[in-house]
Amino acid sequence: MDPSRSQSVADIAIQQRSLIAPAAGSRAKVLDRLRLSDAVFRQLTRAAAIGVLVLLSAVIFSLIRGSIPALKTFGFGFLVSERWNPVTEIFGAMPAIYGTVITSFIAMLFAVPIGLMIAFFLTALCPLWLRRPIGIAIELLAGIPSIIYGIWGLFVFAPFLQETLQPFLINTLGNLPLIGPLFGGPPYGIGMLTAGLILAIMVLPFVTAISRDVFEAVPAVLKEAAYGLGCTTWEVTRNVVLPYARVGVIGGIMLALGRALGETMAVTFVIGNAHRISSSLLAPGTTISATIANEFTEAVGDLYTSALIALGLILFVITFIVLAIARYLLLRIERRIG
Amino acid sequence: MTEITSPSRYRSRRRRNGIATGLALGATAVGLGWLVLILGALLWQGFSGLSLAVFTEMTPPPGSAGGLLNPIVGSLILTVLAVAIGTPIGILAGTYMAEYGRHDLLTSVVRFINDILLSAPSIVVGLFIYEVMVAPMGHFSGLAGGVSLAVLVIPVVVRTTEDMLTLVPNALREAATSIGLPRSLTITRICYRAARAGMLTGVLLAVARISGETAPLLFTSLNNQFWSTNLNAPISSLPVVIFQFALSPYKDWQALAWTGALIITMAVLALSITARALVATGKQS
Repeated sequence: MDPSRSQSVADIAIQQRSLIAPAAGSRAKVLDRLRLSDAVFRQLTRAAAIGVLVLLSAVIFSLIRGSIPALKTFGFGFLVSERWNPVTEIFGAMPAIYGTVITSFIAMLFAVPIGLMIAFFLTALCPLWLRRPIGIAIELLAGIPSIIYGIWGLFVFAPFLQETLQPFLINTLGNLPLIGPLFGGPPYGIGMLTAGLILAIMVLPFVTAISRDVFEAVPAVLKEAAYGLGCTTWEVTRNVVLPYARVGVIGGIMLALGRALGETMAVTFVIGNAHRISSSLLAPGTTISATIANEFTEAVGDLYTSALIALGLILFVITFIVLAIARYLLLRIERRIG
Repeated sequence: MTEITSPSRYRSRRRRNGIATGLALGATAVGLGWLVLILGALLWQGFSGLSLAVFTEMTPPPGSAGGLLNPIVGSLILTVLAVAIGTPIGILAGTYMAEYGRHDLLTSVVRFINDILLSAPSIVVGLFIYEVMVAPMGHFSGLAGGVSLAVLVIPVVVRTTEDMLTLVPNALREAATSIGLPRSLTITRICYRAARAGMLTGVLLAVARISGETAPLLFTSLNNQFWSTNLNAPISSLPVVIFQFALSPYKDWQALAWTGALIITMAVLALSITARALVATGKQS
């Protein structure tokens, strides 16, 4: 900070006063001008704040307007139809919705337990000097752009899965009676499972960072009391810390879920972009975001474009609900801490 | 009572604790392992293609050598444009929330909506800008790309500006008011200065966030194989070129995609580490 300059501002304000004090008319004029600029600045900031609201409504409005042709043509059937045929211009959102939900589910299945265990490690087990470096490293994972996960997934992770994990799954779980079909078919490498696993890596930092923060906010007295009773480290975390931090943890999970649902590039690279619902998790599929990313620039005809925008609208509505719940829960825990 | 004090019960509790500790260690190793694996692959594949030509030559047609000059410049232009549009709006909105309406309804609503915009799917932003800019104008343009990135910048800047201004001690505001400074000058000359490091961090984080964004650019700024700085025409950008080249069957293009990925990642990591350092120094002083 530059003290000489900030002082000069105050000086000017005072000097202006003393200079103009004798002539009462000009003094009033200067004050008027200041009052005006004050009001203008205030209204400007207010307008910008309202602008954020306008932005969101504009997004919703334009998506609705863009998807009207498709919704008019297909009606409610758009949501449940499995067919996606650009040539005959018949579109249904079901395969994309299914893919989005399944990949996000796989992602949460892995990211939540691993993220919670890392948070447990960072808050209860890790030596103090290691906490910051590990925390920063996990947060750097969150900073890596999603396209990097995509290119890594396509060239490194998918071939690796194709050669190792997927044949193994097909040969073991694939033969079981009930869950067998989930792991049937040839190992493509790319597919729903691969996309879900990449998503898991991507949202892991969100789960970890928020869980760690809410774990740390648990009052030390509670933990000390539990330790005083003779609880082990795990018992303290499991029976004292986790119940206390529950709302915040769920908020963090919902936030991560919102990310996973809307994630585009990482998924587009490895999902395979096939508009069908197959029983096998190893088969190629598609998600809402991947469909839009892959097909939007090539979409010919208003109906095709409109169908893709309608997909975008569905995605936005789903993530909006999930994120709103997440924010509500996190707001609640913030109030309790603050 | 005997249940609790019996040695076997004690042993099983100890064992359970041991298992949980092992799992926690394993989970942390997995988390850090991914980071190492991804960065390792990136360095390995990216560095082999890194040369001066990458920064001095245009993107090549398939099968010949070339560089990434036009996408690098395009990305820089789009980023500058997005920051130039998004930052003022974000700072003004954050200022209202922290200075004028700290406890009013508008602020609570804007904060809630802003937090949702912060994590909204970026591809939807691309669709939005396509609807309001690309379709009416009739063609893809760098301007549309910049605006779509600006939509992603705004929430980040709003959030950090509000947080940082809230941290400015009220005594400063009272002192400024007591010597007769009007409210607007108090904010711009006193509060902004006190919160400068934090607000700059917000802008850096926003830049880090948008520099790797691909989805909103796919159907706003599109791509341009040639040198172009015309904002009214499609413009090349690193993420879109990576997307296109990585999914192509040509080995040269794939190698360039890896190199581009390395450049973006290094830039993003440098930005977020700088932002972190700024926050750290701000806390000490």
